[in-house]
Amino acid sequence: MNNNVQKNLMAGSKIIIESLIKEGVDTIFGYPGGAVLNIYDELFNYKDKIRHVLVRHEQGATHAADGYARASGKVGVVLVTSGPGATNTVTGIATAYMDSVPLVIFTGQVPTNLIGNDAFQEADTVGITRPCTKHNYLVKDIKDLARTIKEAFYIASTGRPGPVLIDIPKDITSSVYEFDYPEGVELKGYSPTYFGHHMQLSKVVKELLNAKRPLLYIGGGVIISNASPELKELAELIDLPVTSTLMGLGGFPSEHPLFFGMLGMHGTYAANMAISNADFIIAIGARFDDRVTGKVEEFGRNAKFVHIDIDPSSIGKNVKIEIPVVGDVKAVLNSILEMLSTKSEEISSTRHNRLKWLEDINIWKYEHPLSYKMNDIIKPQYVIEKIYELTGGSAIISTEVGQNQMWTAQFYKFNSPRTFLTSGGLGTMGYGFPAAIGAQIACPERMVFDIAGDGSIQMNIQELATAVQYNLPVKVAIINNSFLGMIRQWQELFYEKRYSFSQMNANPDFVKLAEAYGAVGLRATKPDEVEDVIKKALSIKKPVMMDFVVAKEESVYPMVAPGAPITGMLLV
Amino acid sequence: MEKTHILSILVENEAGVLTRVAGLFSARGFNIDSICVAKTLDKNESKMIISISGDTQILEQITKQLNRLINVIKVQELTDEDSVVRQTVLVKVNADETTKSDIVRIKDIFNGRIIDVSRNSYTLEVTGSEKKIESLIDILRPLGIKDIVMTGIVAIQRAKKLN
Repeated sequence: MNNNVQKNLMAGSKIIIESLIKEGVDTIFGYPGGAVLNIYDELFNYKDKIRHVLVRHEQGATHAADGYARASGKVGVVLVTSGPGATNTVTGIATAYMDSVPLVIFTGQVPTNLIGNDAFQEADTVGITRPCTKHNYLVKDIKDLARTIKEAFYIASTGRPGPVLIDIPKDITSSVYEFDYPEGVELKGYSPTYFGHHMQLSKVVKELLNAKRPLLYIGGGVIISNASPELKELAELIDLPVTSTLMGLGGFPSEHPLFFGMLGMHGTYAANMAISNADFIIAIGARFDDRVTGKVEEFGRNAKFVHIDIDPSSIGKNVKIEIPVVGDVKAVLNSILEMLSTKSEEISSTRHNRLKWLEDINIWKYEHPLSYKMNDIIKPQYVIEKIYELTGGSAIISTEVGQNQMWTAQFYKFNSPRTFLTSGGLGTMGYGFPAAIGAQIACPERMVFDIAGDGSIQMNIQELATAVQYNLPVKVAIINNSFLGMIRQWQELFYEKRYSFSQMNANPDFVKLAEAYGAVGLRATKPDEVEDVIKKALSIKKPVMMDFVVAKEESVYPMVAPGAPITGMLLV
Repeated sequence: MEKTHILSILVENEAGVLTRVAGLFSARGFNIDSICVAKTLDKNESKMIISISGDTQILEQITKQLNRLINVIKVQELTDEDSVVRQTVLVKVNADETTKSDIVRIKDIFNGRIIDVSRNSYTLEVTGSEKKIESLIDILRPLGIKDIVMTGIVAIQRAKKLN
């Protein structure tokens, strides 16, 4: 018998691909280069098993893998070369890290004997990415390769998910070793807590039923742990009003009568008033970001806080928490529901308190609903409302960052999880378009839209070529105000309209640009053209770029000035 | 509230762990006062003793984030009451005929040793608490300290006393 077969000897490059197959990976986003040529050569043999999506810039690869991961719940995989290939991924990695998105990034590295030698295309990738990855590795011995990949996927996808990077020197990909993929991992320093502490949970249940003005404040953790059904059950069981962070949108149906919209800097009047008047707030998989809390001393000033989070370091970071619960949101909500199942009497005897409270919030909602004024120029909010209407609310929507992002959060009603992809934590302009490409690859049957600004779309516009190459029917809706709109808004409000370098005086003709790439370009300049443009875009099974020429100086309202209490809202 | 803290951190003995740990402090502008790292009985694990002064609340947050590092196995804060803290100093001090006997006497008081002698200097080795080392330095300073090297502090939890 052939000795090689018996011992299952393989080159490092083949070990990498075989490990990916063991992890169930069928899609990679990448860009080749010198240090990863062995891996690329091996990929050529696996064309029927692994789909490699060739992006046009490595940043696009990480954002696309991120969009793929957020839309599907699977781990996104990236493959790039050493040096500039690796450094180009950094913004995408930091974006995924801030929003807890599971990614495994493979970067090539110069051969081990050249590391530290200022070799061609050498960068200290592990050093550069250390603070923006959940963990990272430099593989210096082929013996460690398979185990490292196993650990990377485990770490990326468990606990609070996040990006894990593996830096692989070129000689490791050509050396040969026995392939034996480990069954499990042994990590002494890593064991996430999934189940909440029983005593803490009984306190939560007791105080929740005693509360007169309880409120659920949900974040991205609800979506990551797939806890939407449990959340809905809990809210409906005891009539709990729900407000969400940007990252939590879709975690609870936006059209549900118990939902009062996003809170924070551009939150709804009802949500911000509810937070400020509640007496008992359960924060679920949210992290009290400064864009949510405003002046932190005033945030939930009348309330006791419960904080459910899988990451202990998120709890008590910004706001004092009376009842901390470390655990996975889904597991914790299931435990709470189980405890409540024996308390139907208490639930009904205390219901009148909560119904009165719901009435209060509904009054706030009707006093100051989200609104905007129509005239003969296209309003950005109108475009987003129309996209919502014409997609029946069932599209996957990504955004860039700024006004386009906030208007989308306000005016597209997200009713199911994993349909809203946005860079919440890092706030990365240029995220939305490649993320939409990744989402479209993960969900080929879904409608996928990137709602963009004319500024941010130009940060990764090169990915149009990727969308065309793979014939992805991604739709880009550019809210084109010829401004960096959110910068302009702040300059209007806080800098006496001194529009310092926020005007995009030389935008390309986006229609012609789309055509040059081989995509379809459409434009609307009047309100009555908006609907037709969206309908036409939806009917075309190709990438479509829509240029909506909108009112130049429209602002996002409500708005809370940075550092002010969130009750201090500027309204329309 | 500003206060000196001693953290005892058990980590995996791997390349890059020190940078990961130190990075959490430096990213927040904390200066590490002293750090001691060495392997434990298990050669796969190392113990770091970090001494640092800073805001208690921020340090609590850093402690939680240390726990989040994959290579960190355990983090424990040691307090003066429940632990023994030691530091070693090597100090080269001017010595002439008039001061040699004084130096020997100081060495005895501080329970130290003379580890190197030259025509015009003595080198002392003294181990003790941070306070003890400080007072040694105060006493030797008038004689003229030529060079001084200190280890970081090491600390170990006291055994539980029987009631």
